[in-house]
Amino acid sequence: MSIIVFVEDWNNQYKKASFEAVSYAKSWATEAGTTVTAVTSNGATDPSTLATFGADRILTIALNATPFGMAQQLATMAEGATGIVIAGTSLGRSIAPALAALAGGALSTNTTSVPSSVSPVVVERGAFSSKGIETIALSGGIPIVSFVPNSVGIHERAGEGTIESGEATGTDLMTITEKTIASGKVALPEAEVVVSAGRGLKGPEHWGMIEELASVLGAATACSKPVSDIGWRPHSEHVGQTGIQVNPNLYIAIGISGAIQHLAGVSASKTIVVVNTDAEAPFFKAADYGIVGDAFEVVPQLVNAMRAFKAGQ
Amino acid sequence: MNLLVCISHVPDTTAKINFDAAGKALDATGVQFVINPYDEFSLTKALHLKEAHGGSITVLNVGGPETEPTLRKALAIGADQAIRINATPTDAITVAKELKNHISANTYDLILCGQESIDYNGQQVPAMLGALLNLPFVNACVDLTIDGSSANATGEIDGGHATYSGSLPLVVGGKKGLVEEKDLRIPNMRGIMTARSKPLQVLEASESDTATQAIKFVKPAGKSSVKLVDSVDELVHLLHNEAKAI
Repeated sequence: MSIIVFVEDWNNQYKKASFEAVSYAKSWATEAGTTVTAVTSNGATDPSTLATFGADRILTIALNATPFGMAQQLATMAEGATGIVIAGTSLGRSIAPALAALAGGALSTNTTSVPSSVSPVVVERGAFSSKGIETIALSGGIPIVSFVPNSVGIHERAGEGTIESGEATGTDLMTITEKTIASGKVALPEAEVVVSAGRGLKGPEHWGMIEELASVLGAATACSKPVSDIGWRPHSEHVGQTGIQVNPNLYIAIGISGAIQHLAGVSASKTIVVVNTDAEAPFFKAADYGIVGDAFEVVPQLVNAMRAFKAGQ
Repeated sequence: MNLLVCISHVPDTTAKINFDAAGKALDATGVQFVINPYDEFSLTKALHLKEAHGGSITVLNVGGPETEPTLRKALAIGADQAIRINATPTDAITVAKELKNHISANTYDLILCGQESIDYNGQQVPAMLGALLNLPFVNACVDLTIDGSSANATGEIDGGHATYSGSLPLVVGGKKGLVEEKDLRIPNMRGIMTARSKPLQVLEASESDTATQAIKFVKPAGKSSVKLVDSVDELVHLLHNEAKAI
């Protein structure tokens, strides 16, 4: 039977994580010699695009409102599946464990690789807050993988998929009374570039230049734990061991010393740039590039340099 | 209210993580263990709810005898009783099943977990527990209000928040925001003294099968040494041409 991939949409639109999930499923299905069935909301705009990432069959359903309801819906389709893929977005991280419990799955979350073997399924995942990498075998049930967005990439392929509408029943045990999503901001967990700042900025009133740099780079903004603890920035921007763990292509840390708990949240970043006045700041040991200098001088210069670079592209 | 807080016993956030020679497990030599930070937010929320609504707080852990100091610390912080289910927590589903067996045989109004433990970072147990108990769950919970038998719980979603409304019992995976960092309590001498006489019950495990097997653990490759640059123009050049990050 096929690999089932749950494809999430945001206000009916797909994002990179949606296509990455289908790409992941296709890699796995190719190794396992089977097909990909994408399950997606019937409200999503243009589900046919999923075929270009490897979906052989696209099943649109009236999706429940809560993660539990959605997990029940997916569980009705799970029997006999070769495997199930769910992107590790906020929603995916709520659905996958419930699905594993309901469907008798063997679940790897925080997964950072495609399967290196498919019988049994073996993947790598982040553990000990990115201070360790675990290789795990999913042998005690239907293998279910929830992967870290931006960790395995998207792959377009030639191919056509069939679209059909389906039905699946789930029960929402709670009602959603309010939903707020900040508009025009790049969500931190899926950002390809993150601009992050710490106590070195001396006060919340100085974040304008950080937001400007982020805007020039199309980046998400983030902060260190002390900054969120004292209320300069919202908790949702706290990157680190007990905050959000990010894995962007580029992480720019400004005025952050680099405590071990912060490094645990950023070490999966592909390239790290550190700007700090203190040449002895531990963050420099974890960085690829560094500028020893005052953020109040360096950041405005960097904004201009990046703006000029972007304009020249 | 009958409040249950599920606690994990994890390496301190400052701990250097090493694995045994075979790469099969954490090398716990010299590692301090603490209450999982996410669970501490949930425990503190339970204290707030008890103060507002009355009731009792039970802390529950699946682990060996070495985890008891962590349970005693939870008692010293203010929990009323502790239960240890005597099993090695091998994977999330086995832990969730042990918790479920205890919870379904008892009456709890609210089951508070941490969003995830900082050792295996699965972020699995709260949602599994909700599914196994057929109870509503809210993960990444940053706000919770209880009114009689109903609850409003706000969870983080990508780029924002969603508030869910439902009736108790409810399973919550808590994190910072549920209470603030400054609300966390350090056990005082009186708390430590009284914790010694509070009940800590040990239950035998049902020992269900695991679904996953850890094959090996390795430490991530470290960075080579940092390249210090003098100008932002040089940095932009390197990021574009060398790192290909922009």
